[in-house]
Amino acid sequence: MSQTLATGPGPDLADPDERRGGTGTLRFVLRKLAEAVASLVLVTVLGFFLFRMLPGDPVAFMARDRPTDRDQIAQLRERLGLDRPILVQFGKYFAGLLRGDLGESYMYRNREVADLIGERLWPTVLLVGSATVLAVAIGLWLGIRAAWKRDSFFDRAQTGIALTLWSVPQFWLGLLLLVATNGLFPSRGMHSPDAGPGFFAQSLDVLHHLVLPCLTLLAVFYAQYMLVMRSSLLGEMNADYLTTARAKGLRDDQVRRRHAVPNALLPAVTLVFMQFGAVVAGAVTVEAVFSWPGLGQLTYDSLHGPDLPVLQGVFVVLTGAVVLMNLFAELLYRVLDPRVRAA
Amino acid sequence: MTAGTAAESPRAIAWRRRRAGIARTWHEFATQKAALIGFCLLVLTVLVAVALPLISDQSGLDVTQATGKPLAPPDGRFWLGADVEGRSVLLMTVWGARLSLLVGFSATVLSVLIGTVIGIAAAHFGGWVSAILLRFTDFFLVLPSLVLAIALSAVLRPGVWTIVVAIGVTAWPGTARLVRAQTLTIESRPYIERSRALGGGHLHVIARHVLPGVAPLVLANTTLVVGNAVIADATLSFLGVGDPNSISWGAMLQSALSSGAVTRGAWWNLLPPGIAIVSVVLMFTLVGRGLETVLNPRLKGRRP
Repeated sequence: MSQTLATGPGPDLADPDERRGGTGTLRFVLRKLAEAVASLVLVTVLGFFLFRMLPGDPVAFMARDRPTDRDQIAQLRERLGLDRPILVQFGKYFAGLLRGDLGESYMYRNREVADLIGERLWPTVLLVGSATVLAVAIGLWLGIRAAWKRDSFFDRAQTGIALTLWSVPQFWLGLLLLVATNGLFPSRGMHSPDAGPGFFAQSLDVLHHLVLPCLTLLAVFYAQYMLVMRSSLLGEMNADYLTTARAKGLRDDQVRRRHAVPNALLPAVTLVFMQFGAVVAGAVTVEAVFSWPGLGQLTYDSLHGPDLPVLQGVFVVLTGAVVLMNLFAELLYRVLDPRVRAA
Repeated sequence: MTAGTAAESPRAIAWRRRRAGIARTWHEFATQKAALIGFCLLVLTVLVAVALPLISDQSGLDVTQATGKPLAPPDGRFWLGADVEGRSVLLMTVWGARLSLLVGFSATVLSVLIGTVIGIAAAHFGGWVSAILLRFTDFFLVLPSLVLAIALSAVLRPGVWTIVVAIGVTAWPGTARLVRAQTLTIESRPYIERSRALGGGHLHVIARHVLPGVAPLVLANTTLVVGNAVIADATLSFLGVGDPNSISWGAMLQSALSSGAVTRGAWWNLLPPGIAIVSVVLMFTLVGRGLETVLNPRLKGRRP
């Protein structure tokens, strides 16, 4: 497994020994929860101080295209709380975060960052969700097929394609698809103005826009599910219980479906949640290519501002989501793996 | 190998064994066809990139001296067409290799350095130092590194070195984990205990015993990291973090999108830099996987 995992970016699964500690389930869950809370606190601290490293003054930036006198600047600093000591600022920021208040945007005047993120969240969830579901389904299916017919033409071809797609920068694949389909699909946004009214026409319009971004994300991410599923199933191929199953007279595909695959599924399933961070990063670039109005596009736009409160908010929300997904993966692993459950 | 003559100093013996080990590793590596091909192509690419000022004229990269028509399709004069400024895409792609490789290598050196130091420290010192470093590593491991890199480059000044720093400080956790695991296995061996009993301090154990032991795996890991760093560099340049006037593959793709070359279907602005990225990354991946097969004891005996 390390063979395939080592080929790609992104986090690898933690040592199995660490997971199989002899502690009880409750202690395990509590420890994981505590670790996740610690990580979340670290995310907010990092998110705060990272954006205070900025050499320039945000107020000077905000006032750059309007004539502003010294009083107005002082007022602005006071309104944003920039005149207070840094620890006080952090305290206010942290308290605001707990209430779901992420501050105010520089670029979109008088908009709450939390609102901006809230309205951009669903397009990203739609894009990432549909791409992940498809990538998992296709990746697992191909991985099972490839491992079962190891070293066949199908296996070699699929592994080669997957490894090549791994090396492809996502945004480039998106650009290629744009040029290759040549106007067959909309190149930007999520809605067209000329789409008809009514729920059905609107959904169809969104789906039409979704095709290319989703395909781009899918093409890079299915590869890793496929490679992990393949090597995981290869590890089970010579197990004695498969010989037993065959000796009972089961057909080949029954052996595969009922015995081999359920045992090999575990690493791939946890990978789905472990890789959430990589998927999020992919979504940022793909949304930038297709102007998909999600969090990635918001990140891209605010990077060019630079709109620091928005960047900070997106950073905290995205990394927080990744930390939670990883917690979920750890707990899920515990539930799914019979060996861990018994321990 | 055991027949060291009495006149040889211990250090000379150690070096002779190391040389023999490297030769053995090279032989095993060279038996893997894909890895060898990747290695040769890689050496060729790096040599060409380094020697480029001697064999090619840089003046064609200057916007003011561009001679072609904007977005001219490939023809006899510009084999890969022209970009939106009328510059030769072929020339830009070849020159782009320099910056892309430089950023890839620098970011990798930075990240492998951080990863090795933290990995060795986490394994060697144990106790609360190790616990804190491990939590820290795990924390960075799950962070979406691109988002962190974007955040970093927003607060630093845009430019090539910002990209290097942004990749370097986000890409190290994988290396740290690998180095820590390897250090643990090395430090559990009796000769470390012997060295400690003879009075070897932390520095002696780390420099004389641990570092040579982890170096091969770090090398294999490094080649894999470079591939990822090249992709990360292209992605960050594409997002507009780098210097917009520099010639790199990511910047070329960025200008292809922002200048409308993509929407006008100018595929010759798109394919060359992208294919260059993919082939360089593939080369590094092939070499890295080959090295890993040879050097990682867990993969020994498996078929590549």
